[in-house]
Amino acid sequence: MTAETFELLYFTELAGLPVFDLKHRRIGHVRDAAIVPLIHPSRVDRFLVGAGASWLSIRYDQIASISLKGIQLSNERLYPYHSDEYMLRIKRDLLDQQIIDVNGRKVVRVNDVTFEVRRDERESLSILEVDVGVRSIFRRLMQGAMPSRMVRRLQSSIPPNSIRWDFCNIVEADPQRRLRLNISHDKLETLHPADLADIVEELSPADREAIIGTIDSEVAAEALSEIDPKMQAAILENLEPEVAADIVDEMAPDQAADALGELEDETSAEILEEMEIEPVSEVKELLEYDEDTAGGMMNTEAIVLTGDTTLAEAMQQLRKHEDLLENTHVLFLSDASGRVTAQVPLARLFLADGSTQLKELTSERLISTKPGETQKRVTELFDKYNLLALPVLEDDGSLAGVITADDVISVLRKK
Amino acid sequence: MPVTVAPPSLLQNWKRHLLVFLAVLGPGFITAMVDNDSGGILTYSQAGARWGYLPLWTLAPITLALIVSQEMCSRMGAITGKGLSDLIREEFGLRITFGIMALLVLANLTNVVAEFAGVAISLDLFGVSKFISVPLVAAFVWFLAVKGNYARVEKIFLFACSIFVVYIIAGILIKPDWKQAMIYSVKPKLMLNAEYITMLIAMVGTTIAPWMQFYQQSAVVEKGITAKEYPESRIEVIVGCILTSVIAFFIIVACAGAYRDHPTNIDSAKEAALALKPFAQYAFLLFSAGLLNASVFAACILPLSTAYSVCEGMGFESGVNKRWGEAKIFYWLYTLLIVVSALIVIAPGFMMVKMILLSQVLNGMLLPFILIFMILLINKKGLMKEWINPPAYNFIAWATVIIVIGMTVALTGITIRNP
Repeated sequence: MTAETFELLYFTELAGLPVFDLKHRRIGHVRDAAIVPLIHPSRVDRFLVGAGASWLSIRYDQIASISLKGIQLSNERLYPYHSDEYMLRIKRDLLDQQIIDVNGRKVVRVNDVTFEVRRDERESLSILEVDVGVRSIFRRLMQGAMPSRMVRRLQSSIPPNSIRWDFCNIVEADPQRRLRLNISHDKLETLHPADLADIVEELSPADREAIIGTIDSEVAAEALSEIDPKMQAAILENLEPEVAADIVDEMAPDQAADALGELEDETSAEILEEMEIEPVSEVKELLEYDEDTAGGMMNTEAIVLTGDTTLAEAMQQLRKHEDLLENTHVLFLSDASGRVTAQVPLARLFLADGSTQLKELTSERLISTKPGETQKRVTELFDKYNLLALPVLEDDGSLAGVITADDVISVLRKK
Repeated sequence: MPVTVAPPSLLQNWKRHLLVFLAVLGPGFITAMVDNDSGGILTYSQAGARWGYLPLWTLAPITLALIVSQEMCSRMGAITGKGLSDLIREEFGLRITFGIMALLVLANLTNVVAEFAGVAISLDLFGVSKFISVPLVAAFVWFLAVKGNYARVEKIFLFACSIFVVYIIAGILIKPDWKQAMIYSVKPKLMLNAEYITMLIAMVGTTIAPWMQFYQQSAVVEKGITAKEYPESRIEVIVGCILTSVIAFFIIVACAGAYRDHPTNIDSAKEAALALKPFAQYAFLLFSAGLLNASVFAACILPLSTAYSVCEGMGFESGVNKRWGEAKIFYWLYTLLIVVSALIVIAPGFMMVKMILLSQVLNGMLLPFILIFMILLINKKGLMKEWINPPAYNFIAWATVIIVIGMTVALTGITIRNP
């Protein structure tokens, strides 16, 4: 009987297919298939065939044809399978495991794998999609209980749910294996930090640490800031202190202080030891404050200028502090002794011309607070005066830090 | 620069342990309290009322098995950071997971039925018809998890569990024959009697229920307990398990005392409430309040934990923070468990107490299947590293599996021979 042509093959169908040699003798059944990511990201490179008690490893270029009836070899040189570290084995390493769907921004469990059957001078398989959802569960449960073709017919009424292989990110906690299998977490860096945080929270601790520890430290810092502080602490604690320090360096000082505050003193000392000089002093200062006070909520990064600065000069200053812009809503003005006297909402800068002095643009009054003020009172101030930012002043009137609306929202969400 | 740390003094050490203990408090205690749900209360009551002090000897081995199984789950949760159904799926594949999940859904459906039956009979003592009480509680439970703030209510439930103290007081006031109670606590009594074996299986099933294994492990993972805090978490588990059994002991003693002259099968809430007769006219009130709280508490946890376990194992999206469209299967499963159970209970002619007891027998019969997979998992070196099961744990766990299967086989044999 001639093999019917088909474009797709599922792993559940591939597993168990008989393999025939040149004389059409059955030599065994497919047990697993593997890709070698260092050579090709999606082509099935090896077929592991169980023949009697031992396994054979068959390379993709030793195969003539693949059909639901079986696999026909084109070559007789067969090698026994010995565990190969460079293989990503579908059944062992992919099936039933969790992977990250980068496009759908979630963690999913692999039920089955769909291959595309490529027909050039020989027939080969290439991973097209990873299947999740009811259809693939049905396929797994039914395979072997009835003929493949009947399973295919029955499943067609269930809507498919698959993720393109390009969008799949495998999570591998072991760094050496990650290198050998050419697994990178680069794709995750394109996610919004908040989405990445949600994904990381769903994974097991080892996988969490693997991801946060390997992606770009700036992305890691942003994602980590969105994670629950207790979990933040658990992740940082298990990273190498240098890696943890790189990440904490990139966090806003207030968030860095919150994260380190959850750690045991010994661990946070180790991380602080590894950090760069400038952020470390700010973080250390913030660590002094009680978490439930204005001091514990504030950020030490703010732009303070004098009242006679012109708008043009101010703009120059802002360009220098580009990294602060995202959380800057107001500029603070101080007098000669460093006392903060007024604030200028950033939006006002757009309407004035370059020679205007900042003191002409100030808000009517300056609402401020002290580092020891309670969280509750700070929240009330934000509500009452509709603030975007609230300066925290030391007793001598100098700026200790700034609390922004997002800090208040975090506090309220936690309650 | 190396950081030098002074070795902590003994006192500091204790303080640290205490602090960590308080931080990990929760999973073990909640599981222990929910363990004494309507199925638990009625099974122990029946055991005492029908067999007196005879079944007391089972409590020690059951407690040991309970500690071992719960400890295994917590350890797996702390070391792997994954739930039990996740692990079963990753290590044993989809078919086995599907089978186990089917068993879990079946066992838990009967448990939820038992909880709603508990609601029905406890409020029935005050003349509230089950046609009113069950739908109301079902709706309350559904909304609490999906729309409400369960975490806050949980503390109220937990606090209300202290009502179980009345059993301890009643057990003492009823002036039981302590000498006999003590003797039977350590003297095993075996009988090849279908009724007796059924009761033994029910006692195992209600104390070491399949759902607890999944719930305990998820709770440990959720709480973020890791290998480092594990020693304290283990203490919490052990204390919780012992607490469960202490309450069980006094329920049996109180019932045995109340029915010492005329052992009887409990068929109604009134009969079960008789254990609290030292409280005179308050007996019904106390019994009803305790049973109601336990039933509603468990009814809140069971359907939700079932839906989570199943969806995690099968890879469906889950979580009450997801919208209905995102996690359809999760919400449907959750809703169906509640609705179907409530409908079963309000069906005319439903025999409440009998069905509650039967549900616990079923739990006991299904337990070995879950336990076997737990033992296989926890002995995987690749998964647990140096935390694999010590031989003594394996021995106790396997013994539990074999004994429960043995009792089930014996029961089947007896039933077939004397229909």
